[in-house]
Amino acid sequence: MTGHDHDHHHHHDHDHSELSETELRVRALETILTEKGYVDPAALDLLIETYETKVGPRNGARVVARAWVDPAYRARLLKDATPAIAELGYAGRQGEHIVALENTPALHNMVVCTLCSCYPWPVLGLPPVWYKSAPYRAKAVKDPRGVLADFGFELPEGTKIRVWDSTAEIRYLVLPMRPAGTEDWNEERLADLVTRDSMIGTGLPKQPHEVA
Amino acid sequence: MEGAHDMGGAKWSGRVAPEPNEPPFHAEWERRAFAITLAMAMPGGWNIDMSRFARVDRSPEDYLSKSYYQIWLAGLERLMLERGLISSDETEAGRPLHPAKPVAKTLTPDGVAGMLHRGGPTEREPTGPARFAAGERVRAKMIHPQTHTRLPRYVRGHVGSIERVLGCHVFPDSNATGAGENPQWLYTVTFDGAELWGEASDPNLKVSVDAWEPYLERA
Repeated sequence: MTGHDHDHHHHHDHDHSELSETELRVRALETILTEKGYVDPAALDLLIETYETKVGPRNGARVVARAWVDPAYRARLLKDATPAIAELGYAGRQGEHIVALENTPALHNMVVCTLCSCYPWPVLGLPPVWYKSAPYRAKAVKDPRGVLADFGFELPEGTKIRVWDSTAEIRYLVLPMRPAGTEDWNEERLADLVTRDSMIGTGLPKQPHEVA
Repeated sequence: MEGAHDMGGAKWSGRVAPEPNEPPFHAEWERRAFAITLAMAMPGGWNIDMSRFARVDRSPEDYLSKSYYQIWLAGLERLMLERGLISSDETEAGRPLHPAKPVAKTLTPDGVAGMLHRGGPTEREPTGPARFAAGERVRAKMIHPQTHTRLPRYVRGHVGSIERVLGCHVFPDSNATGAGENPQWLYTVTFDGAELWGEASDPNLKVSVDAWEPYLERA
């Protein structure tokens, strides 16, 4: 057995038993808090349902698609994103103060939270595991091109890279560039091109042929 | 507080590993831990900065050995234990052993949408003029508070420029300790890559943090 295999095996067992222990702990905690009258399980169900079915990157995709087809909306979004995003019905927790960042051929924006996991929930939903992980939080501010390589893409050498570390309650949404060949597309179809990662700055929108 | 959570610029082995079609949660306990954490802030009465400090104020060994929602859970347990909402014999027994402490409010299903929609805006009326204007050069102070702070280590002592004036916002360093909101002007401060990382830095890199006025001095 190689060292790698051994480590993998060890970690697997370790995670398994630890998760079971955590699972029991969370169940016990919910029982205690419910019986004490601090939490209502129906409210917990509703919170989970909201973030599993209603709040996610589809919201942000609609904002981006609107900005791509409507120059006046785009201008409002870049000037003061919070009310512009609220026009589409998205607002609230972890999106109280949003700033939109425009990508151009000369400038690429990328968003990180090196201290925890700050992320614009109303437009992107809950952050993915990689966004909260040590490698991303460590590397994004120092070697963003290395991060992009991990995501499988490369920017032209001369492109300026601007990394925004969300250390306060301002939340950032990247406005990616509209893919070429979509001039006659409507807003609904354009939204299908907008990926979550393109709104964080670790990816690009899909190309038209990818959704055709 | 100099914790393992302050990761910017650290050498880290391993790639960033995106998961295709990742679900919002990876286990049922993550769903419940997430929802309990959101719901308990109302009866618990703590603020977001107290929550963050309870998560990150732990040894590196502890912080780095826990998954994301395990850290949330540990932070929540600490806040509840500190306030006597639960006790350690109860978490060990897995059931209530002591009477509930009276709480002002709890989250009902009817209240969920409103609570999420209100969120927790942090901008406040300014109590005085902003000390810095866009374009000014500032240095992030070399500070090492033992209590909560949101000034990452990798910018401390470095010179950048004010890019945006973001208004007057609740100051986490005060709010986390229960000393009140103490609103302060907040700025986006932008640093050249070479200022933070030296000559080997990508020459086309700029990095910003959002920094409250007490973190900054004129350069």
